[in-house]
Amino acid sequence: MLVFLIRRLGGLVATLLVATVVVFAVLEILPGDPASLMLGVNAQPDTIAALRTELGLDRPALARYLGWIGGMLVGDFGISYTYRVPVAGLIADRALVSLPLALMALLLSTAIAIPLGTLAATAHNRWPDATVMGFAQVGVAVPNFWFGILLVYLFAVTLRWVPAGGFAGWDAGPAAALASLILPAIALALPQAAILARVMRSALLDVLHEDYIRTARAKGLPFLATVWRHAVRNALIPVLTILGLQFAFLIAGTIIIENVFYLPGLGRLIFQAVAQRDLIVVQSLTVLLVATVVIVNFLVDLAYAAVDPRLRDTGR
Amino acid sequence: MSETAIDGVNRRSMVARALRHPSFLIGAAITLTLLAAALVSFVWTPFPVAEVVIRDRLQPPNPVHWLGTDAFGRDIFSMLLVGARNSLGVAVVAVAIGIGIGVPLGLAAAAEGGLLDSILMRGSDLVFAFPALVTAVMITAIFGPGAINAMIAIGIFNVPVFARVTRGAARALWGREFVLAARVAGKTRARITVEHVLPNVASLIIVQSTIQFALAILAEAGLSYVGLGTQPPMPSWGKMLADAQTMMAIAPWLAIVPGLAIVASVLGLNLLGDGLRDVLDPRLDRTR
Repeated sequence: MLVFLIRRLGGLVATLLVATVVVFAVLEILPGDPASLMLGVNAQPDTIAALRTELGLDRPALARYLGWIGGMLVGDFGISYTYRVPVAGLIADRALVSLPLALMALLLSTAIAIPLGTLAATAHNRWPDATVMGFAQVGVAVPNFWFGILLVYLFAVTLRWVPAGGFAGWDAGPAAALASLILPAIALALPQAAILARVMRSALLDVLHEDYIRTARAKGLPFLATVWRHAVRNALIPVLTILGLQFAFLIAGTIIIENVFYLPGLGRLIFQAVAQRDLIVVQSLTVLLVATVVIVNFLVDLAYAAVDPRLRDTGR
Repeated sequence: MSETAIDGVNRRSMVARALRHPSFLIGAAITLTLLAAALVSFVWTPFPVAEVVIRDRLQPPNPVHWLGTDAFGRDIFSMLLVGARNSLGVAVVAVAIGIGIGVPLGLAAAAEGGLLDSILMRGSDLVFAFPALVTAVMITAIFGPGAINAMIAIGIFNVPVFARVTRGAARALWGREFVLAARVAGKTRARITVEHVLPNVASLIIVQSTIQFALAILAEAGLSYVGLGTQPPMPSWGKMLADAQTMMAIAPWLAIVPGLAIVASVLGLNLLGDGLRDVLDPRLDRTR
């Protein structure tokens, strides 16, 4: 287990390091000088030069890279070029919108997919199965931003149950904040639920053919009790992998959904930062998102190995 | 990946299977309709696609403007046709990038193994670690928004997908008797790859292409929706949805039509992929 852990951790650190190099290098070639953009077209050359020195832009690329990495390790992400505030605080503020949104979507999609997938597998080749699979087939084809637009039309424009967009802020109380996140969360969750329901169904179908299921049935355990006690638990392993991947997808998916609902989250931040050449924000945010993806997948692997000892030895 | 699936012997039964397969037929019909719409848009649209006629703005569907007009009086049906061309064009190039780079990489990794294989696997891990949308935003930010850069941004993510699918299938083949026989006969690895491995992974690549094609259409719509894909005045389904959103209270049909076009295209391609999988490899269990 220890060897497995060390090897996985090594891979994680290597991936992150390469990712930081890639992100840094890519943004190096981005046209547009942040200092001249901040000061506008009428700025004097010496003012620009002074600001470049102040921001550390005149240092060699390697020094800036190392400074950036070193800072991130201690939670110092630098100062945003446009907002003139620490990047860490800026990201933390926006994460308070995006993270709860992604988590809500994940919960929703799991809550929809697990029962539907189970239903489809236990009613294999009968109408509930066909219905769920039909729903899944359509669900993966629906762009989440379009579904979001339709939800806004139905629940905000026509029925007026919830606000059409914007974020009330956590200061306005959790109820108001959650109310502004519920539609985007549903919009994000639907396509994910469709994928997850399929995975759950096929995983459960595999498990239902196992010998231990026949044994449980043979000893007289009722079908539903067998499914619940023996089958569902074992089927959850592949489901867990997809969930890990989906969390990453949901975090990224918030980028577009936040535009549909005018939410001040990480997605809006990265768009504004790109538009304003606020390199330090783009760099740090991208690496943070990559880190989130890699760490979530690492945790999923770990959870696997903890549950299933067979995976420790053969694990890549 | 049956050895004879592509050979002439089974071709007739393959066609017979295809004609009996409901999701293949529905998927193929939708995909052909999409293709036809895209091709027709080159020679004919009911109205000039970028023609702004403010007098005719926001008309609901009627006999003259079959699907109504938008806030600038542009004909929605015409825009939909050109949008189909646009979506297909981006998807074709994005998938071609994935196949063109990914398949040779996967074949080489399976044939050579060792260092090349490890580099490929770690490299694809790295690409997968970047949330696709974030990278697409970065790429379009660097090179400027537009259809070409959207193709590249989406295409990059197709490379590791095709590389991995090809590698996995090809590796399994390298352990099979007929490949072993070819090696004994003295054929080089490159020749075996071209003559024996590639034909047998082809069906898998075709199926994966339809899936990636559908994903590319979704991605293009998303990028155009946030303004990073196809640029106006060229209409695209994603951009049409973005414009429609502000008109929702007075002209909801503007948001319905392009969305349905996206859903139908993606659904059609996915059904076609499912169907092709069964038609090309009848041994796979269809019910799973």
